[in-house]
Amino acid sequence: MTLNPLLSFVSQVGQRSLQSVREVGYHAALLAEAFYWLLFGHWRRQPVRLGAVFKEAVGVGVNAIPIVALASFATGMMLAIQGIYTLRTFGAEGQVVLGIALSVTREFAPLITGIFVAGRSGSAIAARIGTMQISQEIDALRVIGINPVRYLVAPLLAAMLLTLPALTILSSLVALFGGALYCAGELSLPIDIFFARTFEVLVADDVIHGVLKSFIFAVIVTLIGAGNGFNVSAGAEGVGQATTRAVVLGCIGIILADMVFTFLTSR
Amino acid sequence: MNSTDLAIDVSHLVTHYGSRKILDDISFQARQGEIMVIMGGSGSGKSTLLRHLLGLHQPTSGSIRLLGKDITQLSADEMYDLRKNMGVAFQGGALFNSMTVGENVELPLREHTRLDENTMRIMSRMKLEVVNLAGFENLMPSELSGGMIKRAALARAIVMDPRLLFFDEPSAGLDPVVSAELDELILILRDAMNMTIVVVTHELESAFKIADRITVLDQGRILMSDTVAAVRASTNERIQSLLNRTPRNEAINPDEYMERLTREIF
Repeated sequence: MTLNPLLSFVSQVGQRSLQSVREVGYHAALLAEAFYWLLFGHWRRQPVRLGAVFKEAVGVGVNAIPIVALASFATGMMLAIQGIYTLRTFGAEGQVVLGIALSVTREFAPLITGIFVAGRSGSAIAARIGTMQISQEIDALRVIGINPVRYLVAPLLAAMLLTLPALTILSSLVALFGGALYCAGELSLPIDIFFARTFEVLVADDVIHGVLKSFIFAVIVTLIGAGNGFNVSAGAEGVGQATTRAVVLGCIGIILADMVFTFLTSR
Repeated sequence: MNSTDLAIDVSHLVTHYGSRKILDDISFQARQGEIMVIMGGSGSGKSTLLRHLLGLHQPTSGSIRLLGKDITQLSADEMYDLRKNMGVAFQGGALFNSMTVGENVELPLREHTRLDENTMRIMSRMKLEVVNLAGFENLMPSELSGGMIKRAALARAIVMDPRLLFFDEPSAGLDPVVSAELDELILILRDAMNMTIVVVTHELESAFKIADRITVLDQGRILMSDTVAAVRASTNERIQSLLNRTPRNEAINPDEYMERLTREIF
């Protein structure tokens, strides 16, 4: 089109915005539908099966334990190194426990868990559903009378909501352990004293803060993965794009949601 | 034709894809126990018509009555019940890749019935026997050949003993022997179970062999919907060119041609 370039720019911005709003609406509807099937599927003769939930829980949760644990351990240790380095300027190395305890439980554990699960499972969900979409398996589900959201998304959502908080608590513990190990070497602080002090400074609110975030991240990863999968239309390339989008948007979504949540609850 | 023994009754169906009209005023009927072949070239709208018959899309206007129920008006629950009486074999099979062949065939039973595990297994094996795939239930779909996938998909489609069976392109991508066997299988199913079978195909030979009646689609419209003999005897130019596989020789309108080439440029 050889129209006014300004006009075409404005129209492009408008179309992009419309597209984004449409996408947000689509994901909200997907969330509502997945919860609907989880809660009322039984009465509609289409229950979400417990077996499917556990199978997904193993895939997205249990199998993620090693990688999440390793990343958390390294992060805890890194926090201890940086903390001691920074606090030494004030001669307050002893306060490092407080810093590690709060930042790990409130921020790092949920964030690391969320991002790793988004990378591992968000992409896998998008690829699986996208492939099913192009090979007509989604259509096959529908003509058999199986609602695809009930069959594919609801068990995943339940599994994520179950395992992500658990992974987050595990991640907290492992990160604290990593920090404790470094402090034991650097400050000659016995590990049991480190943990005793940690539990002294932590209140239930800190742990709940981290776990609440992980529920939000669970919803974000599931919806962005599944939504991008369902919207695949153009063959193998489409599946690739959906997978990339699921990871990128999943990670960005988690970080933005984290910021908003922390802003609203921590001031 | 008495309306009570009509298994499929489509009337004045109009559908759009975006703003493009795909199907225009489609009306045809099929009786219980009849094999109706929907024929047409690429882009004739036959796949779209099938997807509407399956209730996968909502049409712009018109009605589609399957087994006496208008699927454009049904509630989700009523549609759910109707689907127990419908079987579909997709072109690529659409078997679930994460499940074995046996689990694929059992899935409709698992979702719609409360049969115990062993009964379901026996029923799925019976259907695999029907399609000559006995003993293959523990293989994964990726381990099957093209013809076997189509037959496994057929087994899954008929496992609930549906009254309506839809089969998309049964012979596409298969060698002549295997596709002849599938045609034979379709005839056996109709005779043994009195199913109404809708087959979408562009293969003439197969269409003439199995069809009781043929609906010919061209550019979103029905050219004719009649018996095999009537279709063969038709004097319609487009039908004859489909039957004799002659290329389209439509005169080009110079103004339209120019408009298409220069659209959105000037």
